[in-house]
Amino acid sequence: METARKKFNWRRFAIATLVLYIVFLIGPIVGLDIPVVYAAIKANPLQLVQFLIIGISNGAIVAIIALGYTMVYGIIELINFAHGDVYMIGVFTSLTVLSVTGTLESKDPVKITLGLILALVIAIVFCAILNAAIERLAYRRLRNAPRLAPLISAIGMSFIIENIGLMWAAQAWLVPSFGTTGGASQKVFPDMLGILFASLGWNINLLASSGLALRLTIKDLLVIVLAVVLMTGLYLFVQRTRLGKAMRATAQNRDAAKMLGIDIDRVITATFLIGGGLAGAAGLMAGLYNNTAWWFMGFRAGLQSFTAAVLGGIGNITGGMLGGFLIGLLASFSDGYLNARWTNALVFATLVLILLFRPTGLLGEQTGQKA
Amino acid sequence: MNKRFFVVLSVLVIASMALAACGGGGGGASSTLKIVSSLPMTGSSLTQTQTIVNAMQLRLEQVESKACGGKYTIEYEAWDDASAALGQWDPAIETENANKAAADASIIAYLGTFNSGAAKLSIPILNQAGPLTMISPANTNPGLTKADKDLPGVTDSYYPTGSRSYSRVVAADDIQGKVAANFVKSLGATTVYILDDQQLYGKGVADVFEATAAEIGLTVVGHEGIDPKAADYKALMTKISTSNDGGAPDAIYVGMVVDSNASQLLKDKVAIMGDNETVKFVGPDGIQTQAFIDGAGADVAAGVYASVAGVPFSELPAAGKKFVTDYEAKYGPLTEPYSVYGYETMSVALRAIEDVCAAGGDPTDRAAINSAVFAIKNFDGALGTWSFDANGDTSLTDMSFYQVQGGAYVAVGTFK
Repeated sequence: METARKKFNWRRFAIATLVLYIVFLIGPIVGLDIPVVYAAIKANPLQLVQFLIIGISNGAIVAIIALGYTMVYGIIELINFAHGDVYMIGVFTSLTVLSVTGTLESKDPVKITLGLILALVIAIVFCAILNAAIERLAYRRLRNAPRLAPLISAIGMSFIIENIGLMWAAQAWLVPSFGTTGGASQKVFPDMLGILFASLGWNINLLASSGLALRLTIKDLLVIVLAVVLMTGLYLFVQRTRLGKAMRATAQNRDAAKMLGIDIDRVITATFLIGGGLAGAAGLMAGLYNNTAWWFMGFRAGLQSFTAAVLGGIGNITGGMLGGFLIGLLASFSDGYLNARWTNALVFATLVLILLFRPTGLLGEQTGQKA
Repeated sequence: MNKRFFVVLSVLVIASMALAACGGGGGGASSTLKIVSSLPMTGSSLTQTQTIVNAMQLRLEQVESKACGGKYTIEYEAWDDASAALGQWDPAIETENANKAAADASIIAYLGTFNSGAAKLSIPILNQAGPLTMISPANTNPGLTKADKDLPGVTDSYYPTGSRSYSRVVAADDIQGKVAANFVKSLGATTVYILDDQQLYGKGVADVFEATAAEIGLTVVGHEGIDPKAADYKALMTKISTSNDGGAPDAIYVGMVVDSNASQLLKDKVAIMGDNETVKFVGPDGIQTQAFIDGAGADVAAGVYASVAGVPFSELPAAGKKFVTDYEAKYGPLTEPYSVYGYETMSVALRAIEDVCAAGGDPTDRAAINSAVFAIKNFDGALGTWSFDANGDTSLTDMSFYQVQGGAYVAVGTFK
């Protein structure tokens, strides 16, 4: 008993008290009025499921981008700030492919399907090469420089790519729907899945015939399925293949891996290729899901995904996925049951809370000696 | 430690005094007058601001950049107060612009800003620099010029010298929000949900809308601020779709500018609640731009209403119609309503210079130019005949409404 009392963790107790204080005293300002939220859920329980669907779909996109952050950090301990913008380029690449192949004007289901698959492949390949090129150009020479140097270099790359996006969005000869209002404004990413379903005579809401007041559109389903496939593929790749094993070894200890004959440069290039490819796929998914192409969209997506990666434990692939879904759900429930203006505050407050109790993130390993 | 601090501090103070002296001394005897504009030119607002800048340039070309019978040459520079990092107006850059203008003695008028939040930062800086007169083509937040009884002292705090140095050629949102609420009611709506982008302009006009709605018997189901950079608003729209006793409200009013992700908001609203006939979507002048329609898609945006201070191009007086013709001859088709306000601000600045010269004054004297701006009465401009009041507000209060039809904004009515 005596020892048990001594082990009582006052620090943790103080934090827990603080958390309770925040939740019950400051919470109501944010709209966290528990009886009201409870009544809202009780009045319309199906809506809870609806928010769940929206949250998971949004979270899936965040999770896929987060994988790129977490993989790169795991290998070279660099936060690749340009990653969110690679995703933005993925949106523009797929939109351009859809336009150039004439898919945007097509009403033929076969042509649309083939166009979408082609857009997915090209977006993945293009973004993979772009990401690897960024590493070669901006990070490789700085690999042994002080840590801040590649970080600043990454921020610079982010601005460069944002400006490329700005110029891309002004090229109406590539995509006529960009119009004449210049590259700065938001552009439409046509609802190809809606058009595809309309051409087949199907309802875009897969639950329409069930009579429930729920929307599970083909967009939601595609985003979720594609995300699960990509994540499972990545997980198996890292766990089962030779290159995956080399990546894990490099992440654990770069010098030791080098001594064991692993070609570090090749492993790092592969990591950037995979991360970029995932961002490209996320670009097409987000374009189809939100129907927007905007030069600035990479910034917020990057911030959220980076948060997801930290939340899940940076460097940990499963953690990145978990963090992404968590952020998507939090944002969806906050928009739905609290006040939308507090959504970001809530997401980041959750991050702070989790880091207070688990400084390495939800599934993070001790990386103290690295950081 | 302490000593070093004071040494550094005094060096800084002396350096800044020296700099200020240089800024004040240079260029005093020059026969060049400089006019600058500070508008967001990185981001979606560029669609609007580019036409404003073009219009200002056009006005200057009409006088061949000369003033006071050729005695002075006028230089014009279009400054950007937005940054790529924010994708819209950036407080740091607007402050920097204002300081830069304050320090350059050859600048005698500051035309801007576009966003009311930006004006809040630059008014006090310019007010203490002469004052350097500031004329806005687009700020509509009422509090910039008119004291709000709920926020005593806020408006006065923008003018540290106690004298006014800010004017605008556009009617403020106490008029726009009020007219918009009446307009929504006239569309047959009885319930409305209000969203704003949490900025000075957006929240300001949404608050006036809400207050007016309560007076005229329009039920406000909810009023929320949105995150202007979110990837989507599907969850929020799902909530709104059942917020009115289990159903959707009749209308949604959005107080925001197009930079605040307005197109995405509309897309998600249409995806969840149906087209803009079923649930009406009404906004202020901040979304009255082609960029908003292009961002949402012509079919999604069809039926959206937006209000703009002033009258449509077709109802402008002869001088205004001539401006539109001249503009289109030089720059191509014109649909952005703010262009004519840009033209008018430049006209006001030129008129002030001429007035100072005519009275035998020195047009390089900022205070004289500022007084001349405020003295403008019965100005015969492109917007009609109007006057500035003591606060720097225009006497024009017309509001017109536009609706998206066939992928473009079409004027549907004017409220006097």
